[in-house]
Amino acid sequence: MTLSEKFSELSGKGEKALVCFFTAGDQPLADLPRIVALLEKSGADAIEIGIPFSDPFGEGPTIQDSSQRALENGASVNKILDAISKCQSSIPLITMGYYNPVLRTGLDAYAQRSKAVGCTGTIISDLIPDEADDWDAASGNAGLETIYLCAPTSTDARIDQVAKRSTGFVYAVSRTGVTGAESAVPPEVKDLVAKVRALTAKPVCVGFGISKPEHVQMVCSVADGAVVGSALVKCLHENWGTPGGEEKVVDLIKTLKAATATA
Amino acid sequence: MPALEQLDADFEKAWQDTAFRTEFNDLLREYVGRPNPLTEAKRLSEDTGLHVTIKREDLNHTGAHKINNALGQALLAVRMGKKRIIAETGAGQHGVATATVCALLGLECEVYMGEEDIERQMLNVFRMKLLGAKVNPVSSGTKTLKDALNEAMRDWVTNVDSTHYIIGTAAGPHPYPYMVREFQRVIGDEARAQYFERYALTPDAVIACVGGGSNAIGFFAGFYGDDSTRMVGVEAGGRGLTSGAHAAPLTAGSPGVLHGSYSYLMQDDDGQVIGTHSVSAGLDYPGVGAEHSYLKDLGRAEYVAVTDEEALDALQWVAHREGLICALETAHAFAALKIPGLFKPGERVIVNMSGRGDKDMVTVAGLLKL
Repeated sequence: MTLSEKFSELSGKGEKALVCFFTAGDQPLADLPRIVALLEKSGADAIEIGIPFSDPFGEGPTIQDSSQRALENGASVNKILDAISKCQSSIPLITMGYYNPVLRTGLDAYAQRSKAVGCTGTIISDLIPDEADDWDAASGNAGLETIYLCAPTSTDARIDQVAKRSTGFVYAVSRTGVTGAESAVPPEVKDLVAKVRALTAKPVCVGFGISKPEHVQMVCSVADGAVVGSALVKCLHENWGTPGGEEKVVDLIKTLKAATATA
Repeated sequence: MPALEQLDADFEKAWQDTAFRTEFNDLLREYVGRPNPLTEAKRLSEDTGLHVTIKREDLNHTGAHKINNALGQALLAVRMGKKRIIAETGAGQHGVATATVCALLGLECEVYMGEEDIERQMLNVFRMKLLGAKVNPVSSGTKTLKDALNEAMRDWVTNVDSTHYIIGTAAGPHPYPYMVREFQRVIGDEARAQYFERYALTPDAVIACVGGGSNAIGFFAGFYGDDSTRMVGVEAGGRGLTSGAHAAPLTAGSPGVLHGSYSYLMQDDDGQVIGTHSVSAGLDYPGVGAEHSYLKDLGRAEYVAVTDEEALDALQWVAHREGLICALETAHAFAALKIPGLFKPGERVIVNMSGRGDKDMVTVAGLLKL
């Protein structure tokens, strides 16, 4: 199922999306299909599978550390895509990472391979729309959806580009800064979502700093979905492979998914 | 990000503005101590069979070329109304230069520095603190320059409204590489004029060390119009290019994207940036300014690498023969004079002495067991 299909299904039911991010390879890659299945079962509507990068300058400490651990564990683009190919999932799976590993793999090769293993889209967080012609062509040819990011500081021209080029959803960053759990989501995010809405009918999801049900609830009162990253990465890191660990992951995702409905 | 577009526009405006240029040039003269001399190196010439002159950036206030750019960007920050400055530093020279101009202009200053570099450049850490800057240790990744850059970028995207980020090298996203070159081109413009005044000639070759590439690009830029002048950039060959333990993306890397620019890069088959090694902290960076990549691909500039050992030998050679103690980074440029076949007998060259060696004395003493 593609992101577009998922969002129209959800909107038909009057639901909002919970999008979950975790770093592939932070847990053993052999477990990746089980992690994906567990997230789906617990209520995730789409999953961003993080491709670790040596220099994750857009990330806060939680995802930085998970990326470093994953690389130390030997995670690579190929091994991660292999692991994704073993997933039996009916929700959209998308990879999320930085441009250089994609460029090194080859834009067409990366796009074709992602599609072949069952991904429906890709987020390249340090690829700005102005530089994205080649990637748009490669992902278009492969039938992959694209997602670009905009932030509260983005100009109208940039937001317009992001809206035009994103085929999966528009990723609205909740605040200036890097990823990571925060105590509150700044209310200005509502203005950003409104700006995006004025330019496009495409779905808008908000991410960065969303770790608690009240954050999800706030975000889903204006957007089509919330992206939870660092909170899940932390939960998986602390609990995966421990007795009762899976239940803690299930509880986190269930609680956050429930919050999408109370908006 | 819009901050980069704003910076691009503000820099262009300032750079065209006579008042800004005058302010910058006055401070370069009265505060930095420019123009610095061009020294004829008779004994190095004797040893090599070349005609060697040395551009003396080591005589700038704070002891390296870094202050040219730090001063320019800090003046720009004042014009942009930014009160807080952040910087990354490897060897500490850019950190010291930034802390210095912030003290001069009354700006708040925080410097990011890898833990490994903090250890090997203790003296510069102390200088920054004395100048009133806060030094933030960076413990992520390889704990060196690239990680300091990552951390500074994270700070900048978080505090972009109040803060200007003074990148110290000719790398990173546009407009930085261009702006850094323009603030550093005083090295090349000045050297060319001095050379012509003294010898009524342009040199056959100009030589500079290349980490991110700021001293080299500023030096080379003065000679872009002189087709007969060779440009030679010298990278850190570390323990040798075949060892993998080096920091020589132009001579032994491949094209990639890091810190918002497409340039030669030290990376593995999976596109992960790999750890670098150099005896000199200032060259210990896996990327390089995109303009150097362009000059390499055009064939306009030549890039070579010398090892840690060759750089250490050159440092002692220049000290013994000319009474000049250069930085470990600069020692790489001097070492190139001894690469067999690189220069023809009698070739007239200028070496850019990008910095003085005081900061490296503890490292060098340890390596040479003095």
